Amino acid sequence: MLRDITLGQYYPANSVLHKLDPRVKLAGTMVFIVSLFAFRSAEAYIGATLFLAAVIRISKVPLKFMLKGLKSIIFLMMLTVVFNLFLTRGTVVFRLGFLAVTEEGIETAVFMAIRLVYLIIGSSVMTLTTTPNDLTDGLEKAMRPLGKVRVPVHEIAMMMSIALRFIPILLEETDKIMKAQMARGADFESGGLIQKAKNMIPLLVPLFISAFRRANDLAMAMEARGYHGGEGRTKMKPLVYRGRDKIAYLLLLLYLVLMFLVNRIGFFAGLI
Amino acid sequence: MGIIKARHVAFDYLRMDEEGQVESRSRAVDDVDLDVEAGDFVAILGHNGSGKSTLAKHINAILLPTEGTVFVDGKDTQDESKLWEIRQSAGMVFQNPDNQIIGTIVDEDVGFGPENMGVPQDEIWQRVEESLKAVGMWEYRSHSPNKLSGGQKQRVAIAGVVAMRPKCIVLDEPTAMLDPNGRQEVIRTVRELNRREHVTVLLITHYMEEVIHADKVIVMDQGKIVMQGTPREVFSHVGELKRFRLDVPQATLVAYELQKAGIALPDGILSNEELIGALEAYRKKRQNK
Ligand SMILES: Nc1ncnc2c1ncn2[C@@H]1O[C@H](COP(=O)(O)OP(=O)(O)OP(=O)(O)O)[C@@H](O)[C@H]1O
Ligand SMILES: [Mg+2]
Repeated sequence: MLRDITLGQYYPANSVLHKLDPRVKLAGTMVFIVSLFAFRSAEAYIGATLFLAAVIRISKVPLKFMLKGLKSIIFLMMLTVVFNLFLTRGTVVFRLGFLAVTEEGIETAVFMAIRLVYLIIGSSVMTLTTTPNDLTDGLEKAMRPLGKVRVPVHEIAMMMSIALRFIPILLEETDKIMKAQMARGADFESGGLIQKAKNMIPLLVPLFISAFRRANDLAMAMEARGYHGGEGRTKMKPLVYRGRDKIAYLLLLLYLVLMFLVNRIGFFAGLI
Repeated sequence: MGIIKARHVAFDYLRMDEEGQVESRSRAVDDVDLDVEAGDFVAILGHNGSGKSTLAKHINAILLPTEGTVFVDGKDTQDESKLWEIRQSAGMVFQNPDNQIIGTIVDEDVGFGPENMGVPQDEIWQRVEESLKAVGMWEYRSHSPNKLSGGQKQRVAIAGVVAMRPKCIVLDEPTAMLDPNGRQEVIRTVRELNRREHVTVLLITHYMEEVIHADKVIVMDQGKIVMQGTPREVFSHVGELKRFRLDVPQATLVAYELQKAGIALPDGILSNEELIGALEAYRKKRQNK
C-alpha cells in the first residue's frame, strides 16, 4: 500500500530527459499543468495527450512506473468524479433517486478525471527522471528570488532532499514494524474504518519514535560535518544550462503557443 | 604537542521542567583528563552508559563541557569563532550508517562536508575521489546508499569525514550494527587510514578484537577514566576489567584462568598465537626440569 507512492523514486535510464537541467523539467511540469487547466477543449486534451505520450517515450521509463503513482489517488479521483457527476447543474440525462446526472456533469467529470490522471503522470515523469538531489537543487535555484523576501529557500530545499532520502528507509521500517506486530497477532486488515485507525496505533507509535531518533542523529551528523546553512556553501554539482536545455525551453514555449492556438480554433469551431 | 588535550572535563545532562527550570542533572562525564598524540590509534572501552559517547561528542564541539576545557589541535572548543575549524580538524563517525548519510548518491554524500566548508568545486571532486579510493568505495560512487551493505555504508560515512581532511577521526561504535564481515572491512579501513595517512583515530567499541591493535586503550566507568595504557598493560588486569563489567579477549581470559589454576604464564596475552606460544614455552620448561 505505502510503497505505491512513486514520489522520489528515481528510475535510472540514459535518456535526454534524464540529462536535462532540473529547472527545465520543473518549468515543463508547470507548463503542462497550467495547460491542463487553462485549455479546456477536447482538441486541447488531444494536444496534451500527444505531448505527454511523446515525453514518456523520450524518457525511456516503462509506462508501468508512470502508472504506479495513480494507485495512490484512485480514491481522490473517484470522489471528484462522483461529485462532479451528481452536483453539476444543467440538462438532465437521467435520474438516480433524488440525484440528477447532467450532460455538463458527465463532461466535467470526464475532464476532471483526465486532468487528475495527467497531473499525476506528468509529475511522475519529472520525479522518475530526476534524482531527488537534482530536483531539490533545481527548486532551490528556481526559488532563489524568493530568498529576497526572507523565504528560507535553502532550508526548504535541504528539508525536501532529506525527506526524499528517508522516505524509502521509513517505508522499509514501516514494513518491518508491521510484520513484527502481525507476528504478535496485530491485525491491520479487518474491522471498520475506526477500528482500522485504532489498529494503526501500535504501528505509528514506534514509527514516530524511530523517526525522531533518526532526525536527531542526522542533525548531529550534519553538524559534525560542518553544516551551517546555505551561507558560504559551495556546490559539488552546480546547475549550468546547456544547449539541450535551451532547446527544451523553446519546445515548451512552442507547446504552449500551439495549445493556445488549438484551443482557440477548437473554441471557434464549437461556436459555429 | 598533543592533538587532543582535555583537562578536568565534566558534563551534566540537564533535565528541564516545563518552565525551563533545571529539574535534575546527571553527570555523564566526570573530571576526565585526556591526552592524545597526533597519529595515535586510541581505543576507548567502557560498559553501557559509562560516558564514552558523551566524551566523544566533546571532541568536535557537539557538546561543550560543563566544567573544564577541551583543546583540539590547539583550539579551545568553547571558542565559538573556531567552531567550524574544530569540526574540520576532528571528524566524527556514528553508529548507525543510515542516520549519517545525507546524500542520495554516494559521491554526493562524500562531497557534503567539503561543500559545507566552501571548498571550490574542482577540489571537492578531487577530495571525493581520493577519499572514496582510500576506503575502497570508488567503484560505488554513483550508487544509492540505500543499496549498499552496512559495512559499505559505514565506509562511505568514513569517506565523508576523510574528505574534510581531518587530523583526527572519532568513531563511536562504528561496527555495532554490522555483521562480522562488515566489522572487519571497517576496522581494516580505519587502521589503514591511521597507518598510511597518519590520521589520529579514537575508536569507541565493545569488541575486544578491535582494541588489541591500538596504541593506547582507555577504560571508562561511570564517567571517569579508570584505566589507561597499552593493550597489553590494560589486559593484564583481568580482575579489574571484570569489575568494570568488561570482557577481555578470549585468549587473555583463558590465560588468566590458567594462571589462577597455577600455570605460570606471562601477563597480558592478547591473541591465540601468543597463548599457544606461551603454553609451548611453559611445556618445554616443564620437560627440561
Ligand atoms: N541525551 C541525553 N540526555 C540525558 N542523559 C543522557 C543523554 N545521553 C546520555 N545520557 C546519560 O549519560 C550517561 C552516559 O551516556 P553515554 O551515551 O555517554 O554512554 P556510552 O558509554 O556511550 O554508552 P553506550 O556504550 O551504551 O553507547 C548515561 O547514564 C546516559 O543515560
Ligand atoms: Mg555510546
